[in-house]
Amino acid sequence: MGYIILNKEELAPGIKLFDIDAPQIAKKFQPGQFIILRISQKGERIPLTIVDAEEKRGSIRIIFQEVGKTTTELGALERGQSIMDVLGPLGKPSEIHKYGNIIGIGGGVGAAPLLPILRALKKMGNRIITILGARSEKYIILQKELRATSDELIITTDDGTLGEKGFVTFPLKRLLENGKKPDLVWAIGPLIMMKNVCVITKSFEVKTIVSLNPIMLDGTGMCGCCRVTIGGHTKFCCVDGPEFDGHLVDFDEIILRNNRFLEQEKISLEKYRNG
Amino acid sequence: MDKISSSHNIIEKRQQMPRQEPGKRIHNFNEVALGYTEEQALKESSRCLQCKKAPCKTGCPVEIDIPGFIKAIKERDFGRAIEIIKEKNNLPAVCGRVCPQESQCEKVCTLARKYEPVAIGRLERFVADWQINQNKEGVFKSPAGNRILQKAGKPLIKIAVVGSGPAGLTCAADLAKMGYRVTIFESLHAAGGVLRYGIPEFRMPKYILDYEINYIKSLGVDVQLNTLIGETFSIEDLFKEGYRAIFIGTGAGLPYFMGIKGESLNGVYSANEFLTRVNLLKAYEFPESDTPVKIGKKVAVIGAGNVSMDCARVALRLGAEESHIVYRRSEQEMPARFEEIENAKEEGVKFNLLTLPVEILGDEKNWVRAMKCIRMELGEPDESGRRKPIPVKGSEFIMEIDTVVVAIGQGPNPLLVRKIPGLKTGSHGNIIANPLTGETSVEGIFAGGDIVSGAATVIEAMGAGKRSARAIDEYIKTKWEGKNAKN
Repeated sequence: MGYIILNKEELAPGIKLFDIDAPQIAKKFQPGQFIILRISQKGERIPLTIVDAEEKRGSIRIIFQEVGKTTTELGALERGQSIMDVLGPLGKPSEIHKYGNIIGIGGGVGAAPLLPILRALKKMGNRIITILGARSEKYIILQKELRATSDELIITTDDGTLGEKGFVTFPLKRLLENGKKPDLVWAIGPLIMMKNVCVITKSFEVKTIVSLNPIMLDGTGMCGCCRVTIGGHTKFCCVDGPEFDGHLVDFDEIILRNNRFLEQEKISLEKYRNG
Repeated sequence: MDKISSSHNIIEKRQQMPRQEPGKRIHNFNEVALGYTEEQALKESSRCLQCKKAPCKTGCPVEIDIPGFIKAIKERDFGRAIEIIKEKNNLPAVCGRVCPQESQCEKVCTLARKYEPVAIGRLERFVADWQINQNKEGVFKSPAGNRILQKAGKPLIKIAVVGSGPAGLTCAADLAKMGYRVTIFESLHAAGGVLRYGIPEFRMPKYILDYEINYIKSLGVDVQLNTLIGETFSIEDLFKEGYRAIFIGTGAGLPYFMGIKGESLNGVYSANEFLTRVNLLKAYEFPESDTPVKIGKKVAVIGAGNVSMDCARVALRLGAEESHIVYRRSEQEMPARFEEIENAKEEGVKFNLLTLPVEILGDEKNWVRAMKCIRMELGEPDESGRRKPIPVKGSEFIMEIDTVVVAIGQGPNPLLVRKIPGLKTGSHGNIIANPLTGETSVEGIFAGGDIVSGAATVIEAMGAGKRSARAIDEYIKTKWEGKNAKN
C-alpha cells in the first residue's frame, strides 16, 4: 500500500527529487498546487509543492530539501519504496495569464515550485527573465530546465562560485533601476528572500507574487495552523493560498510562526539521527 | 402517558459510572469512564419500566428500540441487545460514550419525572463494549454486506459519501444495508472525521472507533482515504464515474477565531489544530510520533462547549500546571454537557466565567505571555434566548497565561461547497438541505450533519445521515430503477 517512489535523484547535497505514483493527483495538478504527505504511521503531515506531473505515467514530481526529521527520513527512501499517505492536489492554482514581462526569482529549493509556474507563464506568451540563486554552485538546481523556460537566466550565488556573487535581490534591483520594469515579479524561496524581494519591488511598484510555506496539518482549511496575515486579514494558506500578493504579506509574522516548534524539531531530528 | 404506578418496584438512583480517579487520570490519556460491569448493567436495566409508549424512543434521533434492548440486557441476552441497537445505530460504542443522552432519550425517560432516568447511554455502551470484547481481533467473519448485496439480486448501484464523520458513516452503513455499493471519500489519512481528530482518547479510545468503522466496512462500504472531493475528484467526476447520488457530510471544519489582537502569536491554537495534533497525530507521544504540540504552564481555553472541555483536559494531560476555561457568560449558559464540566472540574480545570478576552499579549519573541480580559455581566436575553453578556466598564485585567486555545466554535467547511455550481448555501456557508431528506438544490446531491446544521452533536449528524440514506433510496427507486439501472 501507499504511494510508490518511481524515480529518485539527488539534485544537490540534501536536495532530492522524487517521482511518485499518484495518477489521480497527476491528472488534476495545476501549477502552484501542493500535496501533503505522511511517510508512515507515526509520521507528521508536511506540505510539499508539486513540481511537475506526467499524466500518462500517472506520476507527480516533488523536489525537497532535507531540513528536519521528516524530510531527512523522506530523503532516505529509495526507488520502489512507498510513502504511506499522499493527499492532493491542494491549494489554489497559480493565476496564469499573459502579463507581459515577468521576472521569476527562485531561491534555493524554491526554484522547484517556480519551474512549473514559469513554464505555464511562458506558454501563455510571457517574456521571462529568471533569477536563480543559491548559497553556492553545488546548491544550484534546475539550471537547465529554467534556462529552457526563460528568455534570460541570471544566476547568483552567495559565495560567487557560479554566476554573480551575492543575493537574488542584486540583479533584481539592477534590472528595476535600469528601467526594465516588468509587469510582474514571481518570487519563491526562503521567507527572508521573498521579504527582501518584496521590499524592493514595492518601492518600484511592481506587483509580486510569492508562495508561502507555513506549517500545515490537514491542508483543507480545517485546523487554521497555517494562518497568515495578508493585508491585515487572516487567511488560511492551505485553501486561500499558497500564493499571495507579496506586498500584503506580513513576513515577520510568518517567519516567527514557522519557528514555533524549532525546539521540538531539533529533538525529533536528533532522535532520528541517533537511530 | 405512562405513569409511575405503585406496582413498580422503583429503584430511584442509577448505577454510578466507574471512573479513573482524577488525580491519576490527568497523567494519562486512558479512558476516564470505565464502563458498567455486567452486574451494574443488569441492575440498571432492571430500573427500566418498559413503558408502552416509550418516550425515550422519540427522544432518540436514530429511533433505537430502547426498551427492547434494555429488556434483552435484563434477560442477559447481550447479543440480542446489541442486535436491536444495531438495527438503527451503526456506531453504538461511539454513541454510548459521546451522545448527550441527558438532553435526548434520558431527558424524556418516564422515571426522570420523579427520579433519576435510566442510564440508557451507559447501557448502550455496555452492550457495544460487550460485543467488542467478544471479538477482540475486530474480525468480521462473514461480511454481512456482501451477503446483502448478493441477496438483493439487483444491479449494483454506486453511491458516493463525502466525509467519514458520523453523518457519512451512518448514511453509508444504512445504504450498504439496503444493497447499495457505497464508497466513502475522506481527505485525512484515517476515517472518522471529528470522531478521529476531535474527540480525545480519554473520552473515546481510537480502537473503539476503529472497530465501529471496520464493522461498517464489513457491510461492504469502501473507504477511500487521502481523497479530497473538490480537488482529487470533482463532484462531476463522481457522477461521471457512475455514482448515482452523492451524500455530503463534510462537517463543521472551519475554526472560528475571535478576531482580537494577538491571535497569530505563537502559542495560540484553534481547538481544531490543538486537538488534531493530539488526537489524529498523537502529539502526546512525541517524540515517538513526529508531530509536536507545545504546551505552556498556564493554558487558557476560550469557550465552554464540549470541545473547550476536551481542550482544557488535554492540556492538563500534556503537563500544563494550570488549565483555565475562559467564558463570557455564566455557568448556567455553558453549552458543554454537565458530565464533561464535572469531569473537567474534578480534574482541576479552573473556570473563569463572565470573562471576555480582548487582547492576547506577546513577548519579544512573539510568544503569548498574557491575555487582557474584561469582566462581563448578564443583561437581557439575546436571540439565542440566553442572557446577553455585557462588558463591565473599566473592569479590564491581565491574566498571566502562556498558551491559548480558541474553542469558540466551528463553521461549515467551505472548500467543497463553493465548488458545486447551483448549490444553495445559507448565511454561514452551510448547505441548505431539506431537514427530512437531506435533499439540496442540486439533483442527486444530498447533505447532512454539521455542514447543514452548523456545529451540533454526533447523534444529530447520525440522524441526518440516516434520513438521507432513506431519501437516497427513494430517489434511486423513483429515478433510476427499472430504466437505467443496468450499469
